[in-house]
Amino acid sequence: MNYKEVTWKNKRQIGRMITMVENAVEGHEEVFEALYEKTGSAYVIGITGPPGAGKSSLTDILARSFISRDKNVGIIAIDPTSPFTGGSILGDRIRMNELSTDPRVFIRSMGSRGQLGGLSAATSSAVQILDAVGADIIIIETVGVGQSEVEIVKHADSILMVMVPGLGDDIQAMKAGIMEIGDIFVINKSDLPGANKTKIEVEAMLSFMPKKSWRPPVLLASATKEEGIEEVVDALESHRAFQEEDGLLFERRKRNLNELLFEILQDKLFRQVKKLEDYPLVLEELTEKTIDPYAAANQLFEKI
Amino acid sequence: MEKPIRVLVGKPGLDGHDRGAKVIARALRDAGMEVIYTGLRQTPEQIVQAAIQEDVDCVAVSILSGAHNTLLPKINQLLIDGDAADILFVAGGVIPEADIQFLKDNGVKAVFTPGTPTTVSIDFIKENVKR
Ligand SMILES: Nc1nc2c(ncn2[C@@H]2O[C@H](COP(=O)(O)OP(=O)(O)OP(=O)(O)O)[C@@H](O)[C@H]2O)c(=O)[nH]1
Ligand SMILES: [Mg+2]
Repeated sequence: MNYKEVTWKNKRQIGRMITMVENAVEGHEEVFEALYEKTGSAYVIGITGPPGAGKSSLTDILARSFISRDKNVGIIAIDPTSPFTGGSILGDRIRMNELSTDPRVFIRSMGSRGQLGGLSAATSSAVQILDAVGADIIIIETVGVGQSEVEIVKHADSILMVMVPGLGDDIQAMKAGIMEIGDIFVINKSDLPGANKTKIEVEAMLSFMPKKSWRPPVLLASATKEEGIEEVVDALESHRAFQEEDGLLFERRKRNLNELLFEILQDKLFRQVKKLEDYPLVLEELTEKTIDPYAAANQLFEKI
Repeated sequence: MEKPIRVLVGKPGLDGHDRGAKVIARALRDAGMEVIYTGLRQTPEQIVQAAIQEDVDCVAVSILSGAHNTLLPKINQLLIDGDAADILFVAGGVIPEADIQFLKDNGVKAVFTPGTPTTVSIDFIKENVKR
């Protein structure tokens, strides 16, 4: 495969390239070598929130709005993997079936665990491939539970936090760290009772957070009734314009790349260490308490 | 960790429920596979496009509607047209014995009729995916 020549039309090749980077198979680094210079034009939106909040339904309808403006849309939908069997059921496509056959759309599902190079690295890689081959907008959907899932959306240019009516106590319980990453809040299922109350609660919660130059809007929407969607698209566009104007987008991407680099380095280092002949020995000594963990780390580090 | 086998489970045609498909989806998950579940009322085009974008190792469809003799060969043809004939294609559901050979001649590598233990389907998939 000549990676450089793959375009948005070549769905089979795109799919295969993503598999390569997802599994960090031999040769996956060449994909980057060929494609990296072509990345940077896509705008990346992260969608997160509690299970069943309507993230996939919103992704579907937002994607439809973008393709009606003739944009190519890439979607990466992440679902949890069972830590016990390593298996998973990735069901986000159920809400996006009509998009499957649209030539302007590419949808990929991923399990949250078991990526050889780490989940963030795998997701980032998939994003970069979609970007390089012609996506204008990329949407990443991940359920907002667990550190690794939340880490993912941090790599996005705008983060949409999806909530639903009656979350009340759940909002209180959500770690501040999770609420803080939202750039735009959507109270989905506004057709159900209590949406306004939740909106007020979220706004109150946000008012306690450190003030940033961007004030996250809190919007009401219904993905199934197709209400309030234009407002969400407008908010995304305002956030993008806001960041582009002040050079914030550049800063944000630099910060994200720094983290990605760090993750790749960490992974490489880890593999190197595990390959060391001394590794099992040192582990043994550590277990027997003949050396302490820092001494063990130093010993291994020097052997690399 | 080893790369999990990726399987698309979908239901072509117009049948009204997807109990059987869900049972097989869960069994495959419990066997350590990554199951992309696309749900009910899929057109052959949707199934094949999803299989290509997801780069699955296997397409497993469940069918009860009786339309297998038209839908399954159509899926096979679309896989061939999409340069994806290397994806293992299997089917399960209510399919009369008399139709099985015809389906096998049209790219369906295995047909699992009601009562087939899920372990049989799982083993077949494990042994026959190309990777
Ligand atoms: N009443 C109502 N139901 C909705 C709305 N949006 C989504 N739903 C329903 O909520 C359920 C979950 O929707 P999904 O889009 O799958 O939610 P999700 O957040 O992607 O779910 P997970 O990926 O499993 O965490 C489905 O039954 C949807 O039909 C809405 O605006 N109003
Ligand atoms: Mg979802």
